[in-house]
Amino acid sequence: MRRELPMAVACIVGLLMLAEYFFSPVTLKTWGSEIQNWSVIIAAFALGLAAVGLIRVHARRVIEKRPESYNSVLLLAAMVITAVSGIAARQGPVFKFIFERMMTPLGAAFYAMVAYHLFSAAYRTFRARSGEAAALLVAGVIVMLGRAPIGEAIWSQFPVIADWIMKWPNLAGSRGVLVGAAVGTVGVGIRVILGIDRSYLGGE
Amino acid sequence: MQPGRVSSLLALLFVTFAVLYFMQRSRKKLPSIRRISGLDAIEEAIGRATEMDRPVFYTTGMADITGSYAANIFAGLELLGYTTRLVARNDADIIVGISQPNVYPLAVRVVEEGYLQANRPEAFNQDSVRFLSPTQFAYASACLGIIQREKAAATLMLGHFMAEAILLAEASAQVGSITIAGMTSMAQLPFLVAACDYMIIGDELLAAGAYLARDPVKLGSIAGQDWAKLLAVALILIGSLMVTIGDKSLFTLLNK
Repeated sequence: MRRELPMAVACIVGLLMLAEYFFSPVTLKTWGSEIQNWSVIIAAFALGLAAVGLIRVHARRVIEKRPESYNSVLLLAAMVITAVSGIAARQGPVFKFIFERMMTPLGAAFYAMVAYHLFSAAYRTFRARSGEAAALLVAGVIVMLGRAPIGEAIWSQFPVIADWIMKWPNLAGSRGVLVGAAVGTVGVGIRVILGIDRSYLGGE
Repeated sequence: MQPGRVSSLLALLFVTFAVLYFMQRSRKKLPSIRRISGLDAIEEAIGRATEMDRPVFYTTGMADITGSYAANIFAGLELLGYTTRLVARNDADIIVGISQPNVYPLAVRVVEEGYLQANRPEAFNQDSVRFLSPTQFAYASACLGIIQREKAAATLMLGHFMAEAILLAEASAQVGSITIAGMTSMAQLPFLVAACDYMIIGDELLAAGAYLARDPVKLGSIAGQDWAKLLAVALILIGSLMVTIGDKSLFTLLNK
């Protein structure tokens, strides 16, 4: 029953949502909308469960005085302050300060790091060890030069060749992967609805 | 019937019948599937972690089970179960980083079940599955911190990732970790191909469960999916030829 009940729920709800997508009776629309509302409520409970898990992990690190447990103290303090200030007054100055002057700039700083990590990865990896690697290297260099103003200054045809690479072979390959992924996604959905794929319950 | 969805329904029915047909047929004859080096490398990565006495870090990325990349998360959870069984049998450690609250209880259940199936329930530690954050870069910084503090020997990124993908891959490269990544989305694929040791692309990730389990029914469903892909290729070729000669009837039909 522990496995059969979740599988039955997944099957029924999955078929209902599929029917709601394709057919237009008002009853289906109402049920579909109600299920989506339930999923929001379940997500809220899941968030509470996840928060409890987070607090437990970090509280244990602090209590056991593990190395660098000051990070866990900081995390727990930030969590409590943000939660209390958000619950007390979401438009209040404390919560707004935390979101606008701390979260947003930190996110932007991390996003800026992406470019440097990419250079590091490219420096490590772009070696012409094989035919495919050489093709990747040459195409990558041409597209980089084609997209940067210096490329056009070196040779006016770099942007043209870069556009051709992005428009034809790259797009063809991307679409091939997308078609495969789309069909694979449908296959996973069918397996979950039919109860063949039980990965979400654990086990093989 | 909703307007504009008839062709989608017909395509779905074709895929469903192909999957069901080949699932039945595969009970008599097991379909063959080509080698996927990224999936074969998981066992190698776990072995490496065991020898180095360093943990394996596993994460399923940013997507939720209710979004459009839910299939990636299901595939990631299936591979998490497989990885956990290997970790348990090899007496290694695993740390699982989860971004979405909906995925967290599923991941805990999958890891617990993995240890149970490997006959090592006493080795399961619920703190090995950690909820990090649904905010993108908070999740990324948590993953970076875990990889670099714990000096993960193997980093498995199997699910759906966005801009944080390259940050995780580079962080694991800096600590000498073997990195195996898998996702279906095209956006971060080039970065991960450059940064990771092994890459599982597109529907290889979605076929992973069947590939590793060698289950006839699941392999049959993969064979059915391949027939659906053949149908898609046929429609693309026929449609391209028809549009080239000025006939848009197939295009109009597929838009119904």
